[in-house]
Amino acid sequence: MHVAELTPWRAALAERSRAQSTAAQGVYIHVPYCASRCGYCDFNTYTPGEIDVESHAYLLAAAAEIDHARSLWRPGHIDTVFIGGGTPTLLSATDLTDLLRRVDDSFGLADDAEVTVEANPDSVDQHVLDQLREGGFTRISFGVQSLAPHVLAVLDRTHSPGRSLEAIAMAQAAGFEHVSADIIYATPGETDDDLAHTVSALLHTGIDHLSAYALIVEPGTRLANDVRRGLIPAPDDDVAADRYQIIDRLCAASGLSWYEISSWAKSGGECRHNLGYWRGGDWWAVGPGAHGHRDGLRWMNAKHPRAYTERIWADGDAVVETEIISQAAIDMERVMLGLRLREGLAVGAVTPDKQDQIDLEVAAGLLVRVQDRIVLTDAGRLLADGIVGRLTS
Amino acid sequence: MPLPGQTDPAMIRNFSIIAHIDHGKSTLADRMLQVTGVVDGRHMRAQYLDRMDIERERGITIKSQAVRLPYTGLDGRDYVLNLIDTPGHVDFTYEVSRSLAACEGAVLLVAAQGIEAQTLANLYLALENDLQVIPVLNKIDLPAAQPEKYAAELAHIIGCSPEDVLKISAKTGAGVPELIEEIVALVPAPMGDADGPARALIFDSVYDSYRGVVTYVRVIDGQLSTRERITMMSTHATHDLLEVGVISPDPVASLSLGVGEVGYLITGVKDVRQSRVGDTVTSHHRGATTALGGYRDPKPMVFSGLYPLDGSDYPLLRDALDKLKLNDAALVYEPETSVALGFGFRCGFLGLLHLEIVRERLEREFNLDLISTAPNVVYDVTLDDASVVTVTNPSEFPTGKIATVSEPVVRATVLAPAEFVGAIMELCQTRRGTLLGMDYLSEDRVELRYTLPLAEIVFDFFDQLKSRTKGYASLDYETQGDQVADLVKVDILLHGDPVDAFSAIVHKDKAYAYGVSMAGKLRELIPRQQFEVPIQAAIGSRIIARETIRAIRKDVLAKCYGGDISRKRKLLEKQKEGKKRMKMVGRVEVPQEAFIAALSTTEAVAKK
Repeated sequence: MHVAELTPWRAALAERSRAQSTAAQGVYIHVPYCASRCGYCDFNTYTPGEIDVESHAYLLAAAAEIDHARSLWRPGHIDTVFIGGGTPTLLSATDLTDLLRRVDDSFGLADDAEVTVEANPDSVDQHVLDQLREGGFTRISFGVQSLAPHVLAVLDRTHSPGRSLEAIAMAQAAGFEHVSADIIYATPGETDDDLAHTVSALLHTGIDHLSAYALIVEPGTRLANDVRRGLIPAPDDDVAADRYQIIDRLCAASGLSWYEISSWAKSGGECRHNLGYWRGGDWWAVGPGAHGHRDGLRWMNAKHPRAYTERIWADGDAVVETEIISQAAIDMERVMLGLRLREGLAVGAVTPDKQDQIDLEVAAGLLVRVQDRIVLTDAGRLLADGIVGRLTS
Repeated sequence: MPLPGQTDPAMIRNFSIIAHIDHGKSTLADRMLQVTGVVDGRHMRAQYLDRMDIERERGITIKSQAVRLPYTGLDGRDYVLNLIDTPGHVDFTYEVSRSLAACEGAVLLVAAQGIEAQTLANLYLALENDLQVIPVLNKIDLPAAQPEKYAAELAHIIGCSPEDVLKISAKTGAGVPELIEEIVALVPAPMGDADGPARALIFDSVYDSYRGVVTYVRVIDGQLSTRERITMMSTHATHDLLEVGVISPDPVASLSLGVGEVGYLITGVKDVRQSRVGDTVTSHHRGATTALGGYRDPKPMVFSGLYPLDGSDYPLLRDALDKLKLNDAALVYEPETSVALGFGFRCGFLGLLHLEIVRERLEREFNLDLISTAPNVVYDVTLDDASVVTVTNPSEFPTGKIATVSEPVVRATVLAPAEFVGAIMELCQTRRGTLLGMDYLSEDRVELRYTLPLAEIVFDFFDQLKSRTKGYASLDYETQGDQVADLVKVDILLHGDPVDAFSAIVHKDKAYAYGVSMAGKLRELIPRQQFEVPIQAAIGSRIIARETIRAIRKDVLAKCYGGDISRKRKLLEKQKEGKKRMKMVGRVEVPQEAFIAALSTTEAVAKK
C-alpha cells in the first residue's frame, strides 16, 4: 500500500483525533449481502451469486480497513460494536468473530462492550449462535418483520413465522444477554390482530428489546412499483398511527417501555450502540456504504462492494463523501435526534427564538416539560417531524 | 407601376381573405406575393406576413397586415392589389369588421373540408359591408378532398352557382393566377372624393419598438401627406405625420396616400390607444367634420386575475403588461391582491383567445411564470336601493340585499355534421342556452343558433363542444346585450376563512355542483394539518357543501440510525423550505401548488 495523500477527510479527522473524545465510541460494520432482496428494501445490499467467493474479498478489505483505521482513529476504547446489513449471518460465525477480534486488536474493546449482530431467522442455527456468543457477541437482533404469513409474503420475506420464534429461543439458549426483534407494521394486508399477535408472541419469548418500523414505500423498490401499478394498496398513515399505539400498549404491558420513537426495551435492554447515534456519539464505519461520524465530521464509504474493495486496496480507506456539519445543522440534528428519545432534549438545545414554540407544543399536547428537558407525549411521538420543524430555524 | 399617392383609384383592388385557421389563408397570401412578383422565390419564407412567433406557430393572425401588390393583368394594364389580412378569431370580430370595411371585395377561402362557424360569421360581416365575395375552394390537391360537395355547400351559402366557385391549391399554386384575375375583374374599384377633406379609416395599429405606433389606414377621401398635421376624430388628438408609406412587402415611405389606397402612418406616438382601430384620421387643417362611422371603444368581456408564481416577479409582470398595452388597445388591467395568490393584476380581455394570447406572450416574451384565476364575465348587480354595482371579480360581489343580477349573453353559432345535433343541443341546454334556430347548410351539415350566457362559454364550453363532436363542431359568437339571471356567489371557506381565489359567480342551479367539486378537489390537494380542517362551500352564510381534511396523526416513524441522519436532516430542511412557500389561509397552511392545481383544473380556456 502506498502512502496515502492527505485528503480533506483525513485532515478533518486528524484534527478531531488530537484530543480524546468524551462521547461514546462505537464501530459499525456493514455486511452488504442478502440471500435475496426483499421488495420493500432500499438498503445497500447485494445478492451475490456465490457468497463464499464474494465475501472473501469483502472480508479481506474490511479487515484491511480496520487495520488502517488504527492510525487515524484513537477512540481510547470501544463501547459498542454493531454488525448490520444486509444479512451479517450470511457470513460464517468464524468470519464474524474474526472481524470482531480485529476491532479489538485495533482499538481495544471496553470490558463491558455491547456487541450486536443482526440476523435473519433463516440464516442461523444453534451451532452458529453458540459460536457467536462464545466469540464475544452479547446481543442479537432478529429481522422478524411479522409472524403473519400473508404479511411476510407481501414483504417478500422467505422465513416461516415459526422460524423466528425458534431462532429467538436458540439465541436465548446460546446465552445471549440481549435479544431483540425488528418488526414492520402497517404493511398492506396486515390487520390489527395480525400485528397484536406478532407483538404478543414475540414479547412472550422474553426478548428484552423490540424495534418497530412503519412500512415506508421507498422510491425505486419493487414495492413502490407494485403500489404505483395498483397491485398493492399504499400503506395508510392513520392505520400506521393506530398500529403504533397497539405496539406501544402491548410493550408497556410486558415491561418494555419506549426509549426511542421506534424502540422499546426492558430496563437495561436499551441498545447502547443506537443510543450513541441519537446522543451525538462517535462511530467508525467499516464496509461498503457505511457512514462514520466524529465530532461534526461525517463520511460515507463507497457503496458497491467492488468499488469499496478497490478503494481500500488503493487508498487504505474507501471514503467517497465527506460532510463537515455546520453549527446550524449540528443544532438541528441535536433537536431532531434528542427529541426521539424518552430522556428528551435539554430545553437549552432549542434556540432562544424558538423557546415560545415549546409552550405552544406543550399546549397542543405534543410535548411535556420534565424538569429542564422536553419530552414527546404519546401523540407527539407520532408527529415528531413537524415538532422538530417548528422548534428549529 | 403606379406610385403610392399617384395611383388612379380605378386601378386599385382592395380585398381581404376570409378563412378559418388551417384553411390555407397564409399559404394563399404567400402564393400571391410570388405570383405578383413582390417577393421572389429566393426571399420567400412560409407565412411571410405573419409577424409574431405565436401567429406562425398557431397558424392564426392576431394583428392584421396590409400588403400592396402591384400587378400587371392579362389585359396588359398595371393594377394595384391591396391584400388586407384579417385577424382570425372570434375575439377580434370588431377588428375584422374594420379590416373588411377597408375593402371592396373578399375572397371566401374554404378548404375542401367544409366551412367553419367563424368563417361564416366573417362572411356575414363581409356581406353587411357590401363586399364582393369571391368563393374559393382550397386544398383540392388533397386525396380526401370532395370539391364538388363543398363547392355546392359554398354556393348554397352565398347564393351562387357551384360553377362560380374557384378551385385552387394554395400549396401547389394551381388556380392562383386565375384567382388574381378574378379579383381584378370582380372586385369594384374604390370610390371617393379625391378633392374633399381627407378621411382615412384606421383598421389596425401596431407598436414597433423602433418606430413607435405604426397605424394602418385605408384612405376613403382626399389625401394624407407626409409632414402634415392630422387629427384623430374620436379623441381629437393631433399629431404630425412623420412618415406615410405602403407595405410591399417591406415598408416603403412615400409622399402621400390618395383615395382608395392602403398604407401606414407614423406619428411618433408610443401607445396604440392614441391610434384606435375604427377611428377616422383627417387633416388638422380644414379637416373633415363627419367621421366615417362604425367606431367603437374596445370593451373587455372576460376578466381573469394574473399572478406571478414567484411573488418577487410582480414588478416584472407590471412592466410586461405596460409594454403589451402599447400594442393592445383592448387590454385593461389594474392591481389586485389575493389572500391566496398574493399581488397580481385583474385583467380584462376581449375574449378567451385574447386572454390566452396575452398570457402566452407574457410567459414567452417576458419569461414569466403565471397563474391565472378562472375567467369570469362582467356582472351588473342591482341592489334593493336601486344602486348598481359592476362586478369584474367575484370578490366585488355585494353582500347586501340584491334585487337582480344581470350577465352578458352572446348569440352563438355552431356548425357541425348533422349527426351531432343531439349532443350539441344537450350541451347548450346544460349551459342555459336558448335555441334560436337551426338550418341545414347541406345535407349533412347543420347550423345551430343559440343565445347563451357568456359566462357559460368562458367555462370550458369549447372543449366540451369539441369533445362531444369528435372535434368537428366549430363555434362563433357575438355579444348580444345582457339578461337577468338567478346568479349567486359561491365562496369556498377553509377552516371558516374564505379563499378569494376560489369564489365564483354561478347560476343557482349549479352552485351546489361547483361547491362539491371544489371542496372535494381541495381536500385532495391540501395536506393534513395538526387540526381538523373543514372545507365549506357557502352562498352568503348558507353552507351548501362540506368536506373535511382530517387532522394529521403521523408524520414520522421511519428509522433513524447512523447512516440516516444526514438524509433525514436534509429532508426536514427541505420540508421547512417548502413551508416557507406555503400560503396561510387563516391557520391553514396551503402549498401554492394546491392553488395552482385547483385553479388549473377548473380553468379550461377554450383552445382555438
